[in-house]
This record gives sequence, structure tokens and C-alpha cells, in this order.
Amino acid sequence: MKGLRWAVALGAVVVAIVLQVSLFPHVAWHGIVPNLCLLVVVAAALTVEAPFALVLGFVAGLTLDLAPPADHVAGRWALALTIAAFLAARVRQDQKPSALAVVGTVAAASFVATSLFALTGVLLNDPAMSVAGLLEVVLVAVVWDVLLTPFVLPPLMRLFARTSPQWATP
Amino acid sequence: MGAFGNDGRERRWTGLDRLESRNRAPRSLLVALVLASVTVITLDVSGGGSSPVEPVRRAVGEAFGPAETAADAAVRPFTAVPQWFRSKGDLADQVRDLEASNAELRGKVELAGFDRNRLEQYDGLTTAAADLGSALVPARVVAVGSRQSQSFTVTIDAGSDAGVGPDMTVVNNDGLVGRVLRVTRSTATVLLIVDPDSTVGGRVGSSMKIGFVTGSGSLTSDASLDLRLVDDSSVPAHDDTVVTWGSSTGPYAPGVPIGTITEVYSSLREASQRAVVKPFVDFSALDLVGVMVPSGSQSDRAVIEADGSLR
Repeated sequence: MKGLRWAVALGAVVVAIVLQVSLFPHVAWHGIVPNLCLLVVVAAALTVEAPFALVLGFVAGLTLDLAPPADHVAGRWALALTIAAFLAARVRQDQKPSALAVVGTVAAASFVATSLFALTGVLLNDPAMSVAGLLEVVLVAVVWDVLLTPFVLPPLMRLFARTSPQWATP
Repeated sequence: MGAFGNDGRERRWTGLDRLESRNRAPRSLLVALVLASVTVITLDVSGGGSSPVEPVRRAVGEAFGPAETAADAAVRPFTAVPQWFRSKGDLADQVRDLEASNAELRGKVELAGFDRNRLEQYDGLTTAAADLGSALVPARVVAVGSRQSQSFTVTIDAGSDAGVGPDMTVVNNDGLVGRVLRVTRSTATVLLIVDPDSTVGGRVGSSMKIGFVTGSGSLTSDASLDLRLVDDSSVPAHDDTVVTWGSSTGPYAPGVPIGTITEVYSSLREASQRAVVKPFVDFSALDLVGVMVPSGSQSDRAVIEADGSLR
């Protein structure tokens, strides 16, 4: 069961990354696209137990760091998504979260992950970007992620719940 | 846990465990993963060009390249849908606009003849002219890096099989697009010249003065580049064309048009002239590009030679 869950999670991450770089640039706003990878990680954090979600956050972030056309310092998304998964996993109680809780978690996780990524960029001086540009990126990214939540999160959470024997359905 | 050890301590441990397994991850795992991320970052930063992450990047690229190419092929028919709804009036308007800009360009070309001649003479003097006989490998943009990732890079569907290698110049029919960073068998990652980390040696067409063109980090159609001239006594003219300065060893081939100068500032602090360059290429609608490869190199597709023939 554990192996199946990993297969499902990694498959979701791969599909998310490919859609993120190949499909969404056609509808992007100033180059800012929804972070589907983050949505997969949050769905896992809200559904299955926290250690799995944390490791998935790390793996998804690392894949996002390495898959073309990424060229930033590797490990930055891994750090951001691990922390986002940790925060999202803390929100979850042992029953199914309400719709409002899901949207709130996605918004918070998106804000934290994109900001963390931007902050590591500032620390490493990876690309020099203006604060106004960073704020625009963070806020638009949150709006994108929240907009896609109703379409992406429910099916993903059902998928994770089905492969997870630990899920305590009320 | 064993049966030995302090009873009270044992109870506290199991109690904590139950609390943690309910709704939060163990701190140790978080710390381990954060440290792992920091390690990867450190490896990549300190390694520079030959970082140990580079082979992993290439391996992941080999896996994701075909997937991105396939996804783009699936998406492409739908991105053309808006064009079906263009009326005859729209097309007539477009023809008129194109005729106007064509006439304007023809005028510019006639005026630029003198500069072109000088550039050719200069190139003849340096042996760079031999490099101009390069061929173009056509490719499509299949994936675009997101602004959240803060790097302005795209994936194209031509890789080492097509004869593409690192540091090759990428152009489209408007001008300079960027350079190849790394390749996999079927794809290549291209750094666009609008990336803040990108620096291109540029030459002002009319005065032949050299400078450096850096990206401003914007993908919109009104994106601009910064040109800093080395010689602070020369003031670049408005509407002047900037071409690549180029070298036989560097990544950018000489004489590729970059853009036109729209504004000029003089920076007292750095004692140099700063000009804003509007690139010829529209980076928000990048699709078909060409990679400049040495003439006669092996490729898995038709290559456009310098004289316009297909091979």
C-alpha cells in the first residue's frame, strides 16, 4: 500500500511539473503560473500522515529544482516545499478538513513557499530582483493557487485518501 | 523501545509520540529535510559550473524533456484557437500594418548600409568572419520557467542529437533570444537575455562602441534591457541598433541584432552611460527559434545553412 501511495504521489508530481512548464505559460500572467507542485504537496499534507507529506514536499521541491528549464540554485524549492508541507500538516486534524480550511491552507502554504523561495534567492543573491517585483510574484502566485484549489485539491485528496489505510474517515 | 529505562520517562515518550503522530510531523524529520535542502543548496552554490548537481540535473532533464515535448505537442493545437476567430478585417489591418513597418524597415536598412559595411570590414579584420558561416538548427519552445522560480529560461525541443551544445547562440527571426545553458539528448535549456543574470557583449551600430547588455527580469512585451557602455565619453544615440559584439570563444556569435536604444541616462556614480534597449524579440510570445551551430555539423533534423539552403 505504501509503494502504491508513493507511485501515485510521484506520478502526480511529474504531471504537475510538466503542466506547470508546458501548459500554463500559455495562460500565465506576466510569467507567473500556478504552482501545481505545491498543490500536490498540500493535498498530501492534508490527507495522509505528516512524515510522508514532508518527504513528498522535499522530493517534489527537488524535482522542481532540477527539471528543465530550471536554472536557479538547486535545493531552494526543496526547502520551501518541505516547510510548506510541515505547516500544512499542522493544520490537519483527524477528520476531513472543511472547504474553507483547505483554501486557507493552500493560500498560507503558497504564500510561505513562494516567499521562502524568494528569500533564499535574496540571501544567495541568485538573481537580483526588486522588492516590488518579489511582492507582485508572491501575491499573484497566491491568487493563482487559490483559484486552482477547487479543481485540483478535491480529486487529489480523494486519491491520497484511497491509497492511505491510515486515513480516519468519520 | 525496550523494557529497560526509567518508567516515567518511557511514559512521557510514548505520550509525545501519540501527540506527534496525530497531527504533526516529527521535528527530527523536518530538521533532517531542511538540512538536506541546505546541503543541496551549498553543493550547488560552491560547485559553480562543475557542481555535483549538474549530472543530476541532466539526468532529470533526460526524463522530463520528452514529457515536456509531448505535453507541448498536445497543447499546441489549442493555443492556435484564438487565431480562428480573426476576421478578414483584422487580417487586412494586419497586412496594412506590416506593409507600413516593411517600408520603414527598408528605409532603415538603406540607412544602415554604411554601418553594415563598417561592421563587415571590422569583422573581416578580426578573423571572426569565418564564424559567421554558421548553420541554424530550428527548434520550438516547449516549456517556460515560471516567474516564481525567478529565472528566465525556456526548454527547446532540440538537444545534443540535433547538434546543439552548451553556450551556443539562440536567435529567432527578430534577433537574439539567448544562449544554451545545458543540453540533454532531446532538449536544451536556454537562458533568455532578459534574465537578470544574463550579460551580453553589445556594440552600438552607428558608433561601434562596445558595452554590456544585461537583462531587467521582465517577460512582458514591453520588457527592456540595460546597456552600459565601456567608454563613458560616447553617448549612444536614440533609435540606434545594438548588435552582439561576439567572439569566437564566447557564447554569443557576433553581429546578431539585440534591440534598439529607447532611452539614454548618464550615471555619474559609475561614470558610464546607461541606455535602455528595447529587444527586437517579443519574449512573451516566444515560439520558433534557431540555434546557431557550426556549419556542416551533424543533426537529426533539417538544418538551415548560412546561404538559406536546407540540408
